[in-house]
Amino acid sequence: MLRIKNLVVDHGAIRALHGVSISIEKGQLAAVIGANGAGKTTLLRTLSGLNKASDGSATWGDLNILHSKPESLVRHGISHVSEGKSVIPELTVAENLDLGALWRRNRKEAAQSKREVVELFPRLGERLSQRADSLSGGERQMLAIGRSMMSKPQLLLLDEPSLGLAPLVIEQIFQSIRDLTTAMGLTVLLVEQNAMGALKIADIGIVLNLGSIAASGSAAALRDDPAVRAAYLGF
Amino acid sequence: MFEFVNTLLIGITAGSIYSLMAIAIVLVWRSTRVVNFAAGGIALASTFVGATILETTGSFWIALPVAMLAGAALSAFIEYFFLRPLLHRSGERTQEIFLPIIATLGILGVMKALLHFIYGEKIGVISPPLSDKGFIVSGESIALSPLRLMILGIVLVLMIGLTLIFQRTNLGLSLRAASFAPEISRLSGIRVDLIRTLGWAISGAAGATAGILQTVNGSGSVTPEAFEFSLLLVFGFVAAVIGGIESLIGAVIGGLTLGIILAIILMYVGGSLVFFSAFLILILVLLLRPHGIIGVKGGRRA
Repeated sequence: MLRIKNLVVDHGAIRALHGVSISIEKGQLAAVIGANGAGKTTLLRTLSGLNKASDGSATWGDLNILHSKPESLVRHGISHVSEGKSVIPELTVAENLDLGALWRRNRKEAAQSKREVVELFPRLGERLSQRADSLSGGERQMLAIGRSMMSKPQLLLLDEPSLGLAPLVIEQIFQSIRDLTTAMGLTVLLVEQNAMGALKIADIGIVLNLGSIAASGSAAALRDDPAVRAAYLGF
Repeated sequence: MFEFVNTLLIGITAGSIYSLMAIAIVLVWRSTRVVNFAAGGIALASTFVGATILETTGSFWIALPVAMLAGAALSAFIEYFFLRPLLHRSGERTQEIFLPIIATLGILGVMKALLHFIYGEKIGVISPPLSDKGFIVSGESIALSPLRLMILGIVLVLMIGLTLIFQRTNLGLSLRAASFAPEISRLSGIRVDLIRTLGWAISGAAGATAGILQTVNGSGSVTPEAFEFSLLLVFGFVAAVIGGIESLIGAVIGGLTLGIILAIILMYVGGSLVFFSAFLILILVLLLRPHGIIGVKGGRRA
């Protein structure tokens, strides 16, 4: 389980997170929603080791995940798909996928992961030898998630997978995320501006506002909370 | 016609050596975004190592790989101990962006001074393992000798080897990914710092080979102040820029283009204009095709 306690993160002189505490049980899909600048991306980047925390703690099971490098956290089952279709456009689809499993010693298992990803996203399977910049926005997001799956993660940190996608594609991506979470027994921390879509598939929801938690609870309860509806769901 | 073919052959041989130097510069640029003036010093020092090994063992074919290893080790050493700490700090303030470039210039100076201190007035000799006498075609000697064939062969083998490493191996995939998108690579589990050091090491080996070949193709000897090595560094840079600085294939095309143009100018215009022409080409490329002759605007090539 993921336990975050009093996490404080500073960007130079600006405090981005003011003592955030979050608990997520194994197998849960948690949605973090909030406006631009609420600290959502900072939260994920700190958990994956890209940003430094100023104070607080974060543990995944027995593992203290603050002050570790992203490349070591991947080896402990923590995978972060960063914001904005995080694929490498100059590489082929197959190379983007392979990249996610290069660190794995067991090449047979890595090949098995690739088969699973292709099964999950057949569109990627048809485009393995194409450059990633030839893919549509939705396909790129599938590729980014697929690359992450290549590392056989247990904790998945997803940053705005819906960014810049068409409504129909967003629905598909959200559905895949829900299916993956259940099928693979993943624990997912999903950061989203698309609050409605995220709360629909999530088990629990956390509302971040200006670096602090404004509300949290079951996703269904948050969807019905009048204050959350007015501020983040737009009705 | 005969003369022109000979000029081409001379140009291609020299150009293939510039290509290797250009590759050394491109590899460092791609892995750490540093313009590496120290590449000239690494090539020079490795050539001295090669000369020492040649003196002891008498074998060019032992001296060359040892020099390559020395170049790789030296280059990795410079990256690890000097550039890495600087790069981790640079970018926070605008003026610090220039620190790595100035550092490589400083390292070049220090290396030359050290070589001078160690070797003094002694010169390093790399005697060619094969004859420099041109083959005879229909009674006339052409500008292709067993030595020149060997140079072209070594460069070709290295190019093919590098292409295979970059396109077919996990190391190559890591090198390309780390240069295009370091953050995504780290999130994918690539140890980007280590991969960068390896990129510098491969660059050092390419530079060492360029240094050895430049020496056997020229006077056969090397001094810490060797003008040939200043030329090699400058021509390597020009070739890398012609090729768009991002691309290995571009570096090869840039090197061959530069070699041929300079050989033609040397033959038909005059030796005093060679240096001037190289800079003229550099400025023209930067003005007219800033992304190199094969580069696409804003595009990056694997």
